[in-house]
Parts: sequence; structure tokens; C-alpha cells
Amino acid sequence: MIHFQNVSKTFKRNRVLDGISLDIGLGERVALIGSNGAGKTTLIRCLLGEYTHEGEVAIEGRTPRTHRTEVLAKVGFVPQLPPPLKMPVGQLIGFAAALCGSDPQRIAALALRLGLDVERVRSQPFVKLSGGQKQKILIAIALGREAKVLVMDEPAANLDPEARKIFFELLAERQHESTMIISSHRLNEVATLVNRVVELDMGKVVLDDRVADDVSLSGVLDCRIRVKRSEPAFAKALAAWDFRASADGLEWTGEVAGPDRLRFLGMTSRYVALIADLSLAEAEKVSLREAAT
Amino acid sequence: MKELWLTAKLDIVESLRARWFAIYCLIFGGLVALLFVFGLTESRVLGFIGLSRLLVTFIQLTMAILPIFVLITTVRSVAGDREAGVFEYLLSLPVGLAAWFWGKIVGRYLVIFLPVFAAMAGAVGWALVRGIEVPWGMFGYYTLLLATMGWCFLGIGMLVSALARSTDVAQGLAFMVWLTLLLFLDLILLGVMIQGQVAPEVAVGIALANPLQVFRTAALALFDPQLIVLGPSAFVILDTFGATGYKLFALLYPTALGAAAAGAGYLVFRRGDLP
Repeated sequence: MIHFQNVSKTFKRNRVLDGISLDIGLGERVALIGSNGAGKTTLIRCLLGEYTHEGEVAIEGRTPRTHRTEVLAKVGFVPQLPPPLKMPVGQLIGFAAALCGSDPQRIAALALRLGLDVERVRSQPFVKLSGGQKQKILIAIALGREAKVLVMDEPAANLDPEARKIFFELLAERQHESTMIISSHRLNEVATLVNRVVELDMGKVVLDDRVADDVSLSGVLDCRIRVKRSEPAFAKALAAWDFRASADGLEWTGEVAGPDRLRFLGMTSRYVALIADLSLAEAEKVSLREAAT
Repeated sequence: MKELWLTAKLDIVESLRARWFAIYCLIFGGLVALLFVFGLTESRVLGFIGLSRLLVTFIQLTMAILPIFVLITTVRSVAGDREAGVFEYLLSLPVGLAAWFWGKIVGRYLVIFLPVFAAMAGAVGWALVRGIEVPWGMFGYYTLLLATMGWCFLGIGMLVSALARSTDVAQGLAFMVWLTLLLFLDLILLGVMIQGQVAPEVAVGIALANPLQVFRTAALALFDPQLIVLGPSAFVILDTFGATGYKLFALLYPTALGAAAAGAGYLVFRRGDLP
């Protein structure tokens, strides 16, 4: 599906990519990790045909630089930093949909599933939206088309827990017909989303590991937390995850998306002294979509 | 073609919401309004009165403002978009590089030409309402001259944007281009002539390679067909081109220069790193 053969990139004597060779097959979900300057963004830009480079990059046998429109028609991209576009949201969706041959209504429907009503922000400049709203629009544009390759740079970083849960469901719906490359600084941000980890350091692949694929992208965990005393900061943090408190405020229950478990535990670890008991159990129910399939 | 128009439309929408565009419209619209308010149509210079007088002043002012404005705003927004990640995202969509680059030029061209033309057309409209005689020939030629000037400096601006990798460098380079053209209007050529190191024909040739000089001379030629104010240089120009020939040259040469610069910019853009 995706083929990198001895790809190198140099900026003014600074070798950012140094002989990268990778083959990524259909249905693989790859975490591209590494510290700042490791070469993740450069590799993604080579894949998108935006950088010239040594070596060979191909998607389904075609190079993105020379067959731009054919190749990029199959690639959905979510950047880490949303572009500061002044155009209204409706115009951006229309532009992307017209170029990609997708349906603006489908994009709007996906944004709505992520919790953003496009009709309410249609005439607002894209740059004026909040970070989370921008991310939802960009995700909806990327997923609202028949993309065989999804390239996402820290895609869930600005999303609230509820939107992240839906986002994981959306990825789950595409996991068999798409290849995903998810870039992140930290493995724990994306570990539960992927079945392969590629780590870059100084422009080289230092780790290429296939990981256990036990976590369902659309799985949900029932969570119950008992606290020693009521603490407003912890209560606020749990409320952000849509947790409900008992009458005395000492017991909290809610659901955590399977791929979000590490992030959730990371949050709770900050209040570990308060926690008397915590349980996470795979929920009996499955998502409606999974049940339908 | 669809991609080109989509990109052009995108650039127009982005520009219409940019602060520079508001200032740009304010300058040219305000210029015409001020010329009317100060009663320029009532004053007389070199026998010119009425709307001709206003148009002559307007074109002179436009020639001073438009080139630097087009150069700086073009390189600022193109290089700025590249730095801010706009290129990274929009060029990840399936749009051809030619459609993107030329679509951007088309959109930008409409955005820079239409306000200047609208200001001049507004003046003509107002003159018609007030019953002032409209010099249609002059209006038509000045319109073409403005269209050519906008195209020429837009092409140079796009080349500079393609060459420079950062907004600061692009702005500095654009300013240097403008300053060089400005200095070649009089100061440098005068120095060369005084030293007597080159033949007058060569000096005039160099001057006419400068689009700023070409526009200035063409604007002069409309109310001073013999180019008396240019002195002996007028003989070289008129002997070489003739009066009508020079008017055509003033439209064709900057158009070709703008197209060549834009074409070179496209080649640089296509061969290099996009974002």
C-alpha cells in the first residue's frame, strides 16, 4: 500500500531523514512516534508529495509528487496545527469537497457526530473557531471521503473525551479498508489506536514493532471511582469525561473509550491520593454500529 | 480547470477577509474621493482640466503606490501562508500544482486590479452624473495600463515568493526589487550618463527595461505625445517605437515580463519543497 525506499531528506546540510525504508500494508494502523526533530513531519510531508527527497515514496505504486491528484485523492490528512484560514467554515468544506469529490453533507454529518453543528459555524471564519472545533472540521473533511490512507498528526490532541470516543468509533469503521498513520510525540497518546509502532530518531527508524491488537477501537470500559473526600478539581476533571457523581459526591461512574484508557488513567494519576478505589471493566454492550455489522 | 477556479475563488475569499485588502481599497477609493473633494477637476495643468486632470493625477499616484503595495502584500501573504501551515494543509488536498499556482495568481490578480479599476470607474461614473466630459480614450488606455502594471508586479511578487522561504526574506527581497527599479528611474542612469560611459541609446534601453519607467513614460505620452518633458531621450524612444508603437510596447513588454516572472516562479515552486 505505502512504500518508502531509502528515503532521505536534507535541509541545508542537516539530514532530517536518513535512508528510511518501510512498507505499510492495507489495514495497518501505524503509530509514528519520536521526539521533536526526529523526522515525523518531514516523512509525512514526503508521503504527501510536499517535499522533494532522495529515494522513493509510493502509494499503491504511484509517487505522490508526480501523480499528485490521483494519489492525494486517496489520502485524508489531519495536521497537528490547523491552518489559519480566514475563509468561512462552509467555504472550506465546499472547497475540500469539490476537490476530493466528496459530499459536503457527509462532512457536516461527521462533524455533527463529533459534536460540532456545522450549520452554527458555517459563516464563521475557520481561524476564529476553538482548537477543538477546528480539529473536528479537519477530521470530518479527512474522514468524509473515500480515503484509503489516513495520515493524522496528533489528531485527538484538542478533542474533549466525548469527541475522542466518537473519533475512535469513526476510525474503527474505517480500519479494514484504510491504512492509518498516526503521528505523536508520545506513544501513550496513540498506543491503543495502533497495531504497529514505528519510532524515528535523528531521521532513522529505530523501532518497528507490531503490537497486540487487543483493544477494539470502538470498545468502551465501564469505570467506577470511589474517592476519600470530595475535591472540586477532581470533580471538574471527571465531569469533563462525562462522569456522574453519587449524591454524596464520593462515588463516580462513567464510560471510557477503550483507546482512551491510558489518557484517562494519566488524568486520574494526578489525583491518586484521593482515590480509594478504581475499577475499569470492559462494558457488556457494544456500540450500535458494531452490533449492526 | 475546475481546480484552478476553485483555487482562485479560495484566494479571493481569503484576500477579501484580509486586513491588507481593506487598506488597499481604502487607499485607492479614498484617493479618488480626495481628488474630487479638493476640486482637482476644476484645476488646470498643462491644459488639462476636468476628468482628464483627475485621471492623470490618479495614474501618477497609482504608479507610485501600486507596485510596492502589490509586491509586499503578495509576498507577505504567499510566504506567510507557507510559514503558517496553510500550504501544508491545502496542498495535501488533490489539487494539481499548476492549478494551485496559477489559480492563486488569477484570484490575486482580480483582487488587486478590481479595486483600482473600480476607483477609476467610480470617478468616471461621478463625472457622468455631474455632466463632466469623460475622455474615454484616456480612460480605456489607463485601464489597460493599470491592468498591465498589476499583472507585471504580481508576476514578480510570485517569483519572489517562490524564491524566498520565509516572510522576512520575501519582504526584504520584494523591497529590494522595488528600490532597484526606483533607483534606475533617474538616479543611477543619470550618474551613468554623466560619467559618459555608455551611449545614450544604451541608457535609454536600460531605462525602458524597467517597467516602472515604461509605465511612467506611457502615462506621460498620453498628455504629452512628443514626450517633451523627457528631453533628448524622447528622440530615441519615438524614433525606435513611434508614438503608437510605444503605447503598445508599454502594454506588451510589462505583460510579457510579468508572465515570464510568474512562469519562472511556477518552475521554482514546482521543483522545490512546497510548504
